[in-house]
Amino acid sequence: MDVGILAQQLFNGLMLGVIYAMIAVGFSLFFGVLDVIKFSHGDVVTVGAFSSLGAAGLAGGLVALPPVLALASGIAAAVAIGALAGVIIGRVLVLPLRHAPGVNVLLATLMAGTVLREAIRLGVPNGGNPKPFPALLPGGSIKAGSFSAGIDSVMILAAGLLLVLGTHLLITRTRFGLAIRAVAQDGEVARLSGIDFQTVVLGTFALGSALAAFAGCMLGLYYREINFNMGVLLGIIGFASAVVGGLGSMLGPIIGGFLFAGVQTLVVVALPVSSAYKDVIAFAAIIVLIAIFPTGLIAERRSERV
Amino acid sequence: MSSIPSPIPVLSPLRMQRHPRAVVVLTVALLFAGGGLMMHAESQIQVLGLLAAFLAMFAIADRTPLGQDVVAICGDYSGFANGVAFVCALGLIAVFRGEHYTLLMLATVALFSTACIALNLQLAFAGIANFAGAAFFVLGSYTAAVLTAYAGIPHLMILAVSGIVTGAIGVVLLLPVLRTRGHYAALVTIAFGLLLRSLLEVNDTLGGPQGMKIKGFSIFGLDFNRVSSVGPWDVSFYLPYAVLSICILAVAFTLIRRIERSWIGIALDTVRSDETAASVFGLSIARWKVVAFLIGNAVIGVAGAVYGMMNGFVTPNGSGLGDSLLMLSIIVLGGLGNFWGAVVAAMVILVIPEKLQAIQEFRLLIFALLVLGILLFRPSGILPRPIRDLSRFIGRPGADA
Repeated sequence: MDVGILAQQLFNGLMLGVIYAMIAVGFSLFFGVLDVIKFSHGDVVTVGAFSSLGAAGLAGGLVALPPVLALASGIAAAVAIGALAGVIIGRVLVLPLRHAPGVNVLLATLMAGTVLREAIRLGVPNGGNPKPFPALLPGGSIKAGSFSAGIDSVMILAAGLLLVLGTHLLITRTRFGLAIRAVAQDGEVARLSGIDFQTVVLGTFALGSALAAFAGCMLGLYYREINFNMGVLLGIIGFASAVVGGLGSMLGPIIGGFLFAGVQTLVVVALPVSSAYKDVIAFAAIIVLIAIFPTGLIAERRSERV
Repeated sequence: MSSIPSPIPVLSPLRMQRHPRAVVVLTVALLFAGGGLMMHAESQIQVLGLLAAFLAMFAIADRTPLGQDVVAICGDYSGFANGVAFVCALGLIAVFRGEHYTLLMLATVALFSTACIALNLQLAFAGIANFAGAAFFVLGSYTAAVLTAYAGIPHLMILAVSGIVTGAIGVVLLLPVLRTRGHYAALVTIAFGLLLRSLLEVNDTLGGPQGMKIKGFSIFGLDFNRVSSVGPWDVSFYLPYAVLSICILAVAFTLIRRIERSWIGIALDTVRSDETAASVFGLSIARWKVVAFLIGNAVIGVAGAVYGMMNGFVTPNGSGLGDSLLMLSIIVLGGLGNFWGAVVAAMVILVIPEKLQAIQEFRLLIFALLVLGILLFRPSGILPRPIRDLSRFIGRPGADA
């Protein structure tokens, strides 16, 4: 195979990978601080995509701002509304149900996801159909032989990588990150040493959800089309990436996200005829990967408390 | 040693009264009359009135001593009450013998109740979250479709094969989960539901998005789709399907109730509530999870096969996550582990959106919000499953030998 096409596929894989990683990091954060799996996370991605579409459309259409400002307002809206959704779900559902059986939390977050999804479908005009997303990033492309990447895609990729790196630094280098890690290690002891448990948990929910919402905005910019039920698929892939990489670790979900995107890209490259079966193979891969790595590549160290 | 408490402790005048069975018959008959009216109701005002009446009855049963007595008597005579309920269901079918739509709805409620009782076995007893209930249901329909189209085997056997196929696929799906702890079953079942749906939509041999036609059920030379009269009465061809659905519900109900009351049920309860303790007592967690998942999915598959044959076609549409969540809403609304609760909730969730067209579009949203409210404020469901009380077996002669 020609190097250019290889590079092209590698680029596509990286692009997908960074988006998956951003979603997966959220799953890992929530699991770390509260030991819960928040299945509405995928729908927070959709919420981010739709709120950025709404804000950008409003800014670009009604007020006729230049694309840069429309983009900025879109991103700001996605991050703000996504974080808000995360905090509300955390405050109203996850914190009160923290001592309930695990299945209840699971069902509650899934139903919260359904509420978000249905609210978008019913609340947005013509929300049941795919929505075009405006092209807010500069056009043009970088060409080298048979390799070609749009400048917008490069910008999206760079932004995603920076954000993932930034989150990593936030967790490992700041006081807030220290508090998150303390709560993740042992919530009781963290509370005893003067950490405001609820603020840290809700802050984590805000952080993870804002990342997911930004990923939604990136997806809109990349595919130029968003859909009310795109979150289901992304949530599953994000969760699977976090599981494969190792729930509760920080590096795990990032590796998992890139690994997952790699598998998907490989499937498309290796079996070009069966692109209709792409989703089928992706889901089958999830099931097989769980069978192979039940505790993830970077296993969380934990012992059973009896 | 024999200190078995009397099954009817003396509490209040009504409980001592001399005809408890009459109370059971009256209560069950009243509930079924209400249910039948609900399915038959034409105007939205009637539906709303019946809904209000049901809510009032629920409040009376929950809050007043008389209501609590009636509930307790029905609980003491649960076997008898279930028998009366079966007769009442057949009675409803006889009353509505000529009405296609009412019978179709009755059969649909019965089949979904069957599936939800099976989901109860998985979620409420064994603690496995199956988020692909609708996918297994549709899988049962597709199995029936393929078998009726390509294989000349008796239809009763097709039902059995549908159950075996869905059960087997379920077990294969569960195998990876058995190596994990926690809620990976949820992820794997959601992934399976989405996988099945995309597979059915792109696969041309299974009809793609248009789905497949299914031949009607026939047994001992009686073709269900050609039935037009029984004796002197003209009847709808849905009548035999309604009878079949009620019978399947009764069989599934009895089977899973037996499982719950047996030592298998105790093993499942232990595995669900504390895996560590269960393995300390030598219970194989993997084995009991497989048993619950296998039986549950097989029952769902059989119900799906009958549903497909009744409708005459099957499409991938019903297999999505939304419909699986609707099934879970039914069992949460009915109360986790409560079978009659599941039947009542199935009726409410399936019939009311059909009757009140205004909420049809919003039904998923409404039910998701309802489930959220119940999980927050009444975590064990509207009609909670009573805690298993084995104390009366302790003093039984021979039990401690």
